[in-house]
Amino acid sequence: MFNHCADPSLLDGLSWWSCYLTTGKHINFYQSFLVVFALLLLTVPIILAFGFAGALARRSRLLPVRWFGLGYTSMVRGIPDIIFFLFVPIAMDQGIEYLRHQWKCSDWLEPVRQGNDFVVCTAAKMPLGISPQWVHETYGFLLATLAFAIVFGAFAANTLHGALGAVPKAQLETAAAFGMSRGQIFRRIHLPQMWAYALPGLSNLWMILIKATPLLFLLGVEDIVYWARELGGTKTARFAYPHPDWRLGYFLVLLVFYLGLTWVSEKFFNNLTRRVSKGQTTIGGTV
Amino acid sequence: MSCAQTFTDYAFRALGYGERALPKADITLCEQIVLIGSGLIWNVYFAVVALGFGFFFASLVAFGRASDRKWLALPAATFIFLVRGSPLFIQFFIVYETFVLLPKVGWDINLGFIEIGIETRWLTRAWLGAAIVLFLNTSAYTAQIFYGALKSVPRGDIEAARAIGMNTIQINRRIIWPTMLRLAWPSYTNEAIFLFHATALVFFSSFPAWQQRGDSLYYASYFADKTFNPFVPYPIIAGFFILFTILLILLFGWANKRLNRHLS
Repeated sequence: MFNHCADPSLLDGLSWWSCYLTTGKHINFYQSFLVVFALLLLTVPIILAFGFAGALARRSRLLPVRWFGLGYTSMVRGIPDIIFFLFVPIAMDQGIEYLRHQWKCSDWLEPVRQGNDFVVCTAAKMPLGISPQWVHETYGFLLATLAFAIVFGAFAANTLHGALGAVPKAQLETAAAFGMSRGQIFRRIHLPQMWAYALPGLSNLWMILIKATPLLFLLGVEDIVYWARELGGTKTARFAYPHPDWRLGYFLVLLVFYLGLTWVSEKFFNNLTRRVSKGQTTIGGTV
Repeated sequence: MSCAQTFTDYAFRALGYGERALPKADITLCEQIVLIGSGLIWNVYFAVVALGFGFFFASLVAFGRASDRKWLALPAATFIFLVRGSPLFIQFFIVYETFVLLPKVGWDINLGFIEIGIETRWLTRAWLGAAIVLFLNTSAYTAQIFYGALKSVPRGDIEAARAIGMNTIQINRRIIWPTMLRLAWPSYTNEAIFLFHATALVFFSSFPAWQQRGDSLYYASYFADKTFNPFVPYPIIAGFFILFTILLILLFGWANKRLNRHLS
């Protein structure tokens, strides 16, 4: 990066640090913080969509749909999220490859599962074996995103279901008395009022989501945990910048990052709660 | 090999008893169920230890946080902030790395009738190290729940207690603490479920499974890797967790009934 970094063995003190902290791998480390934000930004809309779908399913007039909604929202209470994070990507991967296999190579007669192997034809591989590295990485990241969205969507569905039920019945009845249709009541009265009740649960969910992001590492994504381990591990004299085991230091950096992120989020949500509950007949809204 | 044979071989494999080698080829459904169930012993162990000790420590921290004395309130608040603001996954890493760096020493403690050897090496093992992390984690979350409940104890109750001549310690122990528990119990049940689920992280974060004695998720992912079929081991472990979560909810529901037995 800097000119004086040409020969690291001659450096000491501040200049050593300035060179050490700007190596290519460290730049990768800094960029991997963006992966965390990318995951958060990408999953939040999907989580809300899944959440709404789940909450509406639970209120549906059709019994099977209601059962499905109940099953979806209850599963996160009984099963640890980490199991979904491990299961969903590999299950999705195999499912997609199986469907592509049926579609592209219908002339194959051998079964897909042969003992301990899962065999599909080359054309059905996802992504294709010839695809560049970034396609593989993006595909893995998208599957991880989906796993996050399914789990946290169920949490969100629980919150939204509760919030929809918390809106005072009189409000909805008044709207009906005015002659509004079901859709109008939902869009104009029910939905806008629901947010004040949903916010505490959703902010809590956001905190849990932030604290679940390091699990990306377990899904094989090169995130901040991956790079902290990579960079912190003992570097012998064969390396340009030898140092002992510094993993503890790197993890303390991650700790500070997460503390900062949750602290900022808390401030933000406190502000938002004040704003949304303005004019509501709740304790927070009376002022 | 019959399923009964598999059971005697692997039922306590997670604790180191029975057959040493894990099944490698021709893995049967029975083997998967038995081994994953065997690993569940660890999940239950971690949950019981962390929740059991954490409950009392959290009560202390909650009272400390609510205290007027700054030197008590500030450390309690800092502890809660540090633990609740960071991911459990990172906490596992940090604590494990710290324990690894500790000098390896041992002490012999003479209790008069028995001599116990204590070694710092144990801290790098999951049974102690991970239990400590989970204990601290649940303590902080529970303390925050208890602290919130503490703030909502009706003022009238305390005034009434003072009026009949109770001193501060009696009020804390007989009035505030039980009322706090009653108010906090539904949220505390949720925290207990989360903690139980978090035990699945132990062998995935940092603590190595010594001699392949792991928890249920360790074995489930072992089978998923070996058979390359996630559709069998993961539903099995999900079933186990659902079953034990229901048991946990029943247990906490029973405790809730006891706490509120004087109320109609």
